Amino acid sequence: MSQAPQKEYEQLRVSGLHAFYGESHILHGIDLVVNRGELVTLLGRNGAGRSTTLKAIMNMVGRRTGSIMINGEETMSCPPHHIARLGVGYCPEHRGIFSELNVQENLTLPPVVRSGGMALEEIYNMFPNLYERRLSMGTKLSGGEQQMLAMARILRTGANMLLLDEITEGLAPVIVEKLAEVLIKLKEKGLTIILVEQNFHFAAPLADRHYVMEHGLIAEEISAGELEAKQAMLNNYLGV
Amino acid sequence: MSMILGVPLAVLSGQLLLGVINGAFYALLSLGLAVIFGLLKIINFAHGAMYMLGAMATVILFDTLGVNYWVALFVAPVLVGCLGMAIEYFLLRRIGGQDHIYSLLLTFGVALMIQGILTNIYGVSGLRYSMPDVFKGGMNLGFMFLPYYRAWVIVMALLVCFGTWFMIEKTKLGAYLRAGTEDSQLLQGFGINVPLLVSLTYGFGVMLAAFAGVLAAPIYSVTPGMGSHILIVVFAVVVIGGMGSIAGAIITGILMGVVEGLTKTFYPQASSAVIFLVMVVVLLIRPSGLFGKEA
Repeated sequence: MSQAPQKEYEQLRVSGLHAFYGESHILHGIDLVVNRGELVTLLGRNGAGRSTTLKAIMNMVGRRTGSIMINGEETMSCPPHHIARLGVGYCPEHRGIFSELNVQENLTLPPVVRSGGMALEEIYNMFPNLYERRLSMGTKLSGGEQQMLAMARILRTGANMLLLDEITEGLAPVIVEKLAEVLIKLKEKGLTIILVEQNFHFAAPLADRHYVMEHGLIAEEISAGELEAKQAMLNNYLGV
Repeated sequence: MSMILGVPLAVLSGQLLLGVINGAFYALLSLGLAVIFGLLKIINFAHGAMYMLGAMATVILFDTLGVNYWVALFVAPVLVGCLGMAIEYFLLRRIGGQDHIYSLLLTFGVALMIQGILTNIYGVSGLRYSMPDVFKGGMNLGFMFLPYYRAWVIVMALLVCFGTWFMIEKTKLGAYLRAGTEDSQLLQGFGINVPLLVSLTYGFGVMLAAFAGVLAAPIYSVTPGMGSHILIVVFAVVVIGGMGSIAGAIITGILMGVVEGLTKTFYPQASSAVIFLVMVVVLLIRPSGLFGKEA
């Protein structure tokens, strides 16, 4: 994370991505680009294909066609563990905390994939609750603590592109605020972040750009500057 | 001679010892089954065949190459473990993600083939294997006679069981295994080579079975059918303990051996049925097993 953000460096390029779960066709040709150091959101209603897009990037869905380039490397034939090793940190919906592992084991489970990750001490400074509860089993934590753990877990690995799926879901406002602070810090460090988010008020002030998804397609791309002008259209897409 | 409930102490303790020994084998076998089931979600019907292969390999290695017991104790499980990894890589992996019934049938078929081939070559009557000289004899404990080899079996089985438990519960590799048991896809998404972990786990599980086979070679008759006899009992033990619990598999294994031994002392007619009776009761009262998580 020592590199200064180079906005023009293309960290992720997805083109013509289709994804299928068994017989159902979920993604219908996604195209998106994320540059290094950017924070980009995927907005849309439930079932629009946002979580599936993240999973497809991780090669965690059934069948995919199209192209996914990470750091300029084609990854369609890479197994998930290779994709993680390219510096991708994935935080799944519902957090994916392992109940059979205690907090510290959960935290140190993902192997370090790049240098420059946060040290355990640094992480415990950022999330003091996790230190206090490091010997509790993972799922004994409160929802907010579990979310902190899920985030902290991928920060340790040195991943420089984070895929975060609904990290504020079901959390109290004070925790959401804390998560926003964390994201701002990570952005300052130059990490690339792709955020699937339901809570638009959380995402809007943080993001550089927004992709709006509908029916498994990118319906609209909105930069942070255009947000005000396009608010009405966005509300229409999100059904608010 | 002192009596307990009308049974001489020496008889009772002798049966208890036999029970603990049988229990040690149950523990080793059900432990391997539990480890495999946890990560692969496969009910390994080839487990008995792997136990048998461990015992057969010990005898055959001795007869053909003069490999002694101590070397066999290490080499036979490794050979069987490699065979297990090959089975996982070339067969089980191809039906990964399918209904459990396929892997069950596949492993059952593999077991039948292995057993059939060995029966064809060596017959059903079994092979003779003599105990290493160092284990001949035993010691008199006052209330019973303890053969050295039986003591050795118990100590080794307990050591291996404890070592396995420690590895799974307290080490990094074990954390991978526990995490993979819960959500192997996410674990792989963190950068762990899960397919390799699966191969190694299957190999390790059948290695435990083969290790039990080597321990069994000097005291049980070594026949191609020895695995299928014990496997049914071990499945009952696993059901009683609860699938997927490591400590549960070990404790239940030894406990059921003891229960069997006690039944042999007080009501011998029921001794071969008692474990299944316990299984029925456990299934009725606590379907997830004594140590299993409530579903």
